[in-house]
Amino acid sequence: METVVFYVFAALALAGALLVISFKNPVSSALSLVLTLFSTAVLFVLLLAHFIAVIQILVYAGAIMVLFLFTVMFLNLKPEALKFESKHLHFKVSALLAVLFLVGYFASLGFKKGLLLSNIGASNMDGFGTVEGVGTTLFTDYLLPFELTSILILVAIIGVVVIAKKRAN
Amino acid sequence: MSVSIEHYLILSAILFVVGAYGVIARKNLIIVLMSLELMLNSANLAFVAFSKALGDMTGHVFMIMSITVAAAEVAVGLALLVSVYSHRETLDIDVLKILKG
Repeated sequence: METVVFYVFAALALAGALLVISFKNPVSSALSLVLTLFSTAVLFVLLLAHFIAVIQILVYAGAIMVLFLFTVMFLNLKPEALKFESKHLHFKVSALLAVLFLVGYFASLGFKKGLLLSNIGASNMDGFGTVEGVGTTLFTDYLLPFELTSILILVAIIGVVVIAKKRAN
Repeated sequence: MSVSIEHYLILSAILFVVGAYGVIARKNLIIVLMSLELMLNSANLAFVAFSKALGDMTGHVFMIMSITVAAAEVAVGLALLVSVYSHRETLDIDVLKILKG
């Protein structure tokens, strides 16, 4: 059962990711990204990260995607403004190969670590991934990083207002 | 046979490759930002997978931090995009190379 759910939603996530980079229209890409993010949320549930899955849907698929769609519709792009994709096939193939080799190298390093980890039985799994468990970790061991995150958000808000406001001249 | 951590790591690596390819090969600034989101999301998947394998919830905390950074990055990136589009009337990253050395 778990295996079937994993493969179905892994395939959906991959399909969504491939559609994101292949659509010409940004609105279609954004909706494909929603598919990927939802499928990843299901995989988080499989990994017993229930709170994280809810956060993923609320923040990513909710807030960030709405921001993307709002911007695309706000810009009101004309169709001719989207017809500038590179036609060079050799450029695309070489870009893909370069990325594949680089990530394959790092993935193999992680894979070795993962093989070591899969033998470790998790010690205590009660409360794992619930709001209570994540909250306890967040507000005891990681209180300072959590508070610093709010400064990051504040800086982002001020920066966005400064960037987006109309210039006087 | 149950799903092991390697399955999640491989999926995470594949999603990262797809996102990185989008960042390098696409010319539309909006889609480049979306591909960046894909890469961040694949990193989050790896965080949560390692968290489950170790039975340690630190990965979940880092995932929340990562979501915060992604939200801030998207907000600033889209504000820059709107500002650039109103000045230059294009989103082609090959045209927007005024900072090229």
